[in-house]
Amino acid sequence: MVTLKELPTTELFGPGHRMCTGCGPAATTRMTMKALQKPAIIVNATGCLEVASTIYPETAWKVPWVHTLFENVAAVAAGIEASLQKEGKADTVDIVAFGGDGGTFDIGIQALSGALERKHDFTYICYDNEAYMNTGIQRSGATPYGASTTTTPAGSKIPGKMDAKKDLIGICVAHGVEYAATASMAYWNDYITKVRKAAAVKGPAVIHVLAPCPLGWRFETSETVRLAKLAVQTRYFPVYEVENGKYKLSIKVPKPVPLEEFLKPQGRFRHLFAPEFTNHLEELKRQVESNWSRISQLSGEAAVPPTVS
Amino acid sequence: MTKAVSQQIVGMNGDEAVAFAAKQANVDVVAAYPITPQTIIVERFSDYVANGEVDTQFLCVESEHSALSACVGSSLAGSRVFTATSSQGLALMHEVLYLASGLRTPVVMAVVNRALSAPINIHNDHSDMMGSRDCGWIQLYAENAQEAYDLTLQAFRIGEDRNVSLPVTVNLDGFTISHAMEGVAVIEDDQVSKFVGKREPVYKLDPAKPMTFGPLTLPDYYSEFKRQQVDAMNSAPTVIAAVANEFKKISGRQYSAISAFNVEDADAAIMCLGSIAGTARTVAARLRQKGKRVGVIKIWQYRPFPTIEIARILSNLKCVAVIDRAVSFGAPYGALCNDIASTKELTGIKTKMFNVICGLGGRDVRPTEIEYIFEKSLACASGEPIDDPVSFVGVRA
Repeated sequence: MVTLKELPTTELFGPGHRMCTGCGPAATTRMTMKALQKPAIIVNATGCLEVASTIYPETAWKVPWVHTLFENVAAVAAGIEASLQKEGKADTVDIVAFGGDGGTFDIGIQALSGALERKHDFTYICYDNEAYMNTGIQRSGATPYGASTTTTPAGSKIPGKMDAKKDLIGICVAHGVEYAATASMAYWNDYITKVRKAAAVKGPAVIHVLAPCPLGWRFETSETVRLAKLAVQTRYFPVYEVENGKYKLSIKVPKPVPLEEFLKPQGRFRHLFAPEFTNHLEELKRQVESNWSRISQLSGEAAVPPTVS
Repeated sequence: MTKAVSQQIVGMNGDEAVAFAAKQANVDVVAAYPITPQTIIVERFSDYVANGEVDTQFLCVESEHSALSACVGSSLAGSRVFTATSSQGLALMHEVLYLASGLRTPVVMAVVNRALSAPINIHNDHSDMMGSRDCGWIQLYAENAQEAYDLTLQAFRIGEDRNVSLPVTVNLDGFTISHAMEGVAVIEDDQVSKFVGKREPVYKLDPAKPMTFGPLTLPDYYSEFKRQQVDAMNSAPTVIAAVANEFKKISGRQYSAISAFNVEDADAAIMCLGSIAGTARTVAARLRQKGKRVGVIKIWQYRPFPTIEIARILSNLKCVAVIDRAVSFGAPYGALCNDIASTKELTGIKTKMFNVICGLGGRDVRPTEIEYIFEKSLACASGEPIDDPVSFVGVRA
């Protein structure tokens, strides 16, 4: 694990970008750039990070950076990697692709799948704020069950999204990637260590990092890190890594905080606390517990008791 | 031929000729996805890779969208890149086409023209490229395998020129050119190497000199980006002509924006793109023997559109029959004829004109049909009224 003292003071991302106050992805990106140890080339899918960091004629990036489209970030990264391979420079540069959850779980999954299968040497970072925040908080394949978004609004009949979150890392692991991991931006040390591990892999590596969005999740901008931490401590977002197919929990949560403590500060889950939707709150809890026990079992941990709320 | 140039005649179909040109141009990266009738290009190039005849990075990607996206990435990193597609593949690339031109990334792409679904059809027409004709790419059309080879070699020089820095498509008719074996005069490797040179990118993704590519650009600057693309397109004809002159020195074959056959004293002519031109010239020559003054205008350089050159030739004609091998649904004419109508309006020439739509979905355009079109154009030239300015030929009523 790295120490704060070891981290470079240089800021390769920002300041001067236009990301929101309390933006999880902004802080995550800053940490990513501090984690990388080789000269980097950044490939950025369409999304908040791209839109708010490079409004022409300004840029927040002090490294070579390219944005092309929404769904093709992994393919563009593959093309860049091929060029560097041709020039014999592939080992001297870290190619890092950033995609949001929409650009990764949904529209970009095909290009990601192809790039993973072809074993391009790059690091893919999915910053997950659990909806299409850039276009105004629409549901994505990463939006959790029960969350209210502008396309799954909490109505009187249907209380938010009725589908579960997709298992991104499972999909990546099925491609046989050498390294895949989840992380929470609240655990900087864990995240930076994982970025370094991912970048060191010869071939593709994927990091799925939870990065809360105050606007989309509807919480106070000062609460970003606390919520990113609660997501882990309630078992809502298991933090683990998968090396050569072997799962390992990075943060064990033997005594989980009740899920309500993570949900209650967020406007997107408020409706689940209405008496008529108790069953949906219970369903979300069931899904969280089931996912946790699945990851625990894959990690070789003992079966865990359900959360008592 | 201007000079004795040693050239071997090799039996190749159009696709093989294109693949061979890409090999000789020593491309750094090829990213492609198979689609009929482009597949032979990718297969032949795969053979070169498998046999160690090239040191190209060859990406067999999972879609055409990713094929062109990877090409854009490689081009941004400074590589010479090549890809090929057809029909639905080009349609799937549509948004990436605009990306490549907007980012000013040179990419050479062979488009083996094929009809678009629905109904599904694997044969030739030009609806694929015509559907993307405003995408900001330079668009060249070949008549046969020889031209497909020649234009592919020139395309690298044109697109990579620092005053242009734009992607280029080389169009060849599916099956009619792509799968038809012909004798192709092939230039020696070292001559081609000297001709194509090495790509020297104006800007690239380089950690030693960090730059931001593809930023969000709002109303205060977006128009200027587009204006610069227009300027680049406008500077292309000079470069295309210079490259053609250089190419003539190593090949003995002269290219320009258009190819005019027997038009100097003609009353009427057919104007077309691609393989139909060969049939049209054969029929025109036969009609000449009968004393009928007809000619053929073939367009090599469809974008940028050679307005002035075309106007110069049209001004000597009484009538031109414009053949479109695609339908422009709801438009006054087919795509090419719309361009000719604009040319007439811009230059003030009064040449009469009518539009023929034919050869859709690979339907053969036979000499009898070409002769019918010539007779109609001669009637028009002699002052008969044009009662059907847009008509289908060779189509059931």
